[in-house]
Amino acid sequence: MLKKSFFGLSRSRIAYELLPARQPEPDKVMPSKKVTLFHSKNGNQNAPASFQAGDKVRTGQKISLFADDPAYVISSVTGTISSISPHTGDFGKTYSAITVDIAENEVLDDQFKQQIQTPDLAGAVEFLSFAPGNPPLSVLSEPETEIHTIVIMGADSDLLIGTNQSIVKSRLDAVKKGIGVLRDITGIDKIILITAGESMQGFGHIGAQVKNIDTGYPAALPQMIMKSVLGEVVPAGKTCTDLGVCFLTAEAAVSIGKAFNDGQIPVRKILTLVTKDGNQRLIETVIGTPIRDILDRYGVSINEEDRIIFGGPMAGSAVYSLDHPVQPDTNGIVVIDRSDAAYASDYPCINCGECVRTCPARIQVHMLVRFLEAGHYEEAADNYDLFSCIECGLCSFVCVSKIPIFQYIKLAKYELDRAKASETMEATETTEVTEATDA
Amino acid sequence: MLDQKKLIVSHAPFWHNGSRITNRSYHTMLAALPAVLAGLYYYGIPVLGVVCLSVATAMLWELAINLVTKRPVTIGDGNAALIGLLLAMLLPATMPWWAVITGTFIAVVVGKQIFGGIGSNAFNPAALAVAIMMISWKDLFNFDGMLLNYDFDFAAIYPLALAKHFGSASLESLRMGDLLMGKQIGGLGATFGLGLIAGGIYLMLRGFIRWEISLTFLVGVYATALLFNLIDPERFVSPGIHILSGYTLIGAFFLATDDSSSPVNGIPMLLYGIVGGIMTVLIRNIGAYIDGVILAILVINLVNPLLDKIRPQALGKVS
Repeated sequence: MLKKSFFGLSRSRIAYELLPARQPEPDKVMPSKKVTLFHSKNGNQNAPASFQAGDKVRTGQKISLFADDPAYVISSVTGTISSISPHTGDFGKTYSAITVDIAENEVLDDQFKQQIQTPDLAGAVEFLSFAPGNPPLSVLSEPETEIHTIVIMGADSDLLIGTNQSIVKSRLDAVKKGIGVLRDITGIDKIILITAGESMQGFGHIGAQVKNIDTGYPAALPQMIMKSVLGEVVPAGKTCTDLGVCFLTAEAAVSIGKAFNDGQIPVRKILTLVTKDGNQRLIETVIGTPIRDILDRYGVSINEEDRIIFGGPMAGSAVYSLDHPVQPDTNGIVVIDRSDAAYASDYPCINCGECVRTCPARIQVHMLVRFLEAGHYEEAADNYDLFSCIECGLCSFVCVSKIPIFQYIKLAKYELDRAKASETMEATETTEVTEATDA
Repeated sequence: MLDQKKLIVSHAPFWHNGSRITNRSYHTMLAALPAVLAGLYYYGIPVLGVVCLSVATAMLWELAINLVTKRPVTIGDGNAALIGLLLAMLLPATMPWWAVITGTFIAVVVGKQIFGGIGSNAFNPAALAVAIMMISWKDLFNFDGMLLNYDFDFAAIYPLALAKHFGSASLESLRMGDLLMGKQIGGLGATFGLGLIAGGIYLMLRGFIRWEISLTFLVGVYATALLFNLIDPERFVSPGIHILSGYTLIGAFFLATDDSSSPVNGIPMLLYGIVGGIMTVLIRNIGAYIDGVILAILVINLVNPLLDKIRPQALGKVS
């Protein structure tokens, strides 16, 4: 764990780790018995599912559970569906967890190959949203959002994680192919590849502008890249998509290129595994592999009250079960021993100002947190720049009182979104004039 | 599923830089220690009595309020002890016991806990306590009178009082080196300039206090005193004496920098310090009181929320 430096005259700088130029091939870790796929659930909770337990699936087969819902998953193995059960993720997001028991012989599904003769965006949306790297293809295809720039992240936004950095270093040709396919299917010419601390040599032929970013955390967060590379500041409450910029990971670009090249949807995800001793390993595994299988492979022992984090140590999220599967957007798994994990406290803010001086978005965090603690979310949003937060987690990291500021901020955003959603629902359901709450 | 280990689902970030309130308090007390030890050397055992009584009662008052208000016991964070120590450093070595206990009551109960405890106090608790006591019992803060029975091996003068009543001519024999080494009378932990400066530099380097506040406070004192001195050298003493006597150094490094009652943004911190320094010299030179540091600090504490309105625009703020 990073500790405060002895000298504290200026704000401390946390640097991303830069990987050496030559990357070893990732270790291949295979699931032992089963995989679990999280099918996101948006519409009717009780709609009849088109797949049932006992159905057979092939590798690369599209599983779309509900007729009225465009969400789908891609089976990453060949086998039999053993169960479909509800699963609730962070902030109440609902999923159907589809568990597939792996059969002995792998059979590749050819639906994608048959239906997609030439690469196009509709086909990509139809089949590749669950590909490794989780490409946000629906964003690219929606007519309302006019995307004019695609940013491909060859740097990882969180600390310790080196997944995309490593892909750019070791599979530059695949990235290049992906960029070519992306340009063809979207018709967007402005494609920018973001690298971290890279020398610019060897990128001449890539087919995209290559931009280097600073190596100090959180320079690789989308809002910071918008500011430093594109020179545009994302207005509070708006997203990068609203400004016409779509962010993709390098892995997603590789997946898209590979899918159209091979006629087969890729199902293998590259991720960084960080164990308790701080050892970082790059591994390649099948989407849906339970973490248990990965940890067993390296003999990582897990004790009660340890943390297993999907994502990085600054902005990741902890999971509660060793059966939790690798998902298409899981770039890193970090195991932290109970004695090393940070605990929050309910101590009040002492107004030391560390958070204010460290905040990359220049938010008055010491004031904001007082309103958030009291649950005054709307006032926090109106007067104290809640929506300017870029979610880097530095405020909690430096907080002397160990206030879970970052969690308060995420909760406030979630609650405000929920209130807004229910307001619009009420407004559409009834014609009564509802009282304006943001007077 | 029987071998399911119970993992803890906490929230991001999963790292913390390890800073703690206790660290802040204890390091600040550590930085104050050289000045207290110098006080012990010059004034003897009574210093030990005042310091121990002050620290102990400050913690007891905090504990009492914790128990009365049925809130978690917070004396472990060291903040009450720190308030007790800082208060003791401002008192003369011969302070009667009842005044010390009253002082810590004002500091901890009125100055801090009534506002809601740590982080909520609008004023520096120790400064508030001294201000109230200075007005209530004027004689107790008359250092010349309080330390009358001492037999020092240096000239027992309280420079600010002399300067106030007799002008700068009375201080001509004063050597800066002596002032720096604490050879003057005053608060038991406020006279040893070298120790206070060393402690202050330590705290600034470690990031426990903000250099912006401390340095601008001193600059404010020096510049204002220099102006007065240039206009009328007969009446107003040189800026060096202002810096090294009275509560100036302890105020700049230990009182004005109190977390809760000082600003957090860059420009406000600079203004806060400058205004404090200017007010100090104004009160000393043309005000009614001999030493203006305490009242100046209360004034800047008062304007702190207003100053902190000068803030940078947040990223992507739609105005």
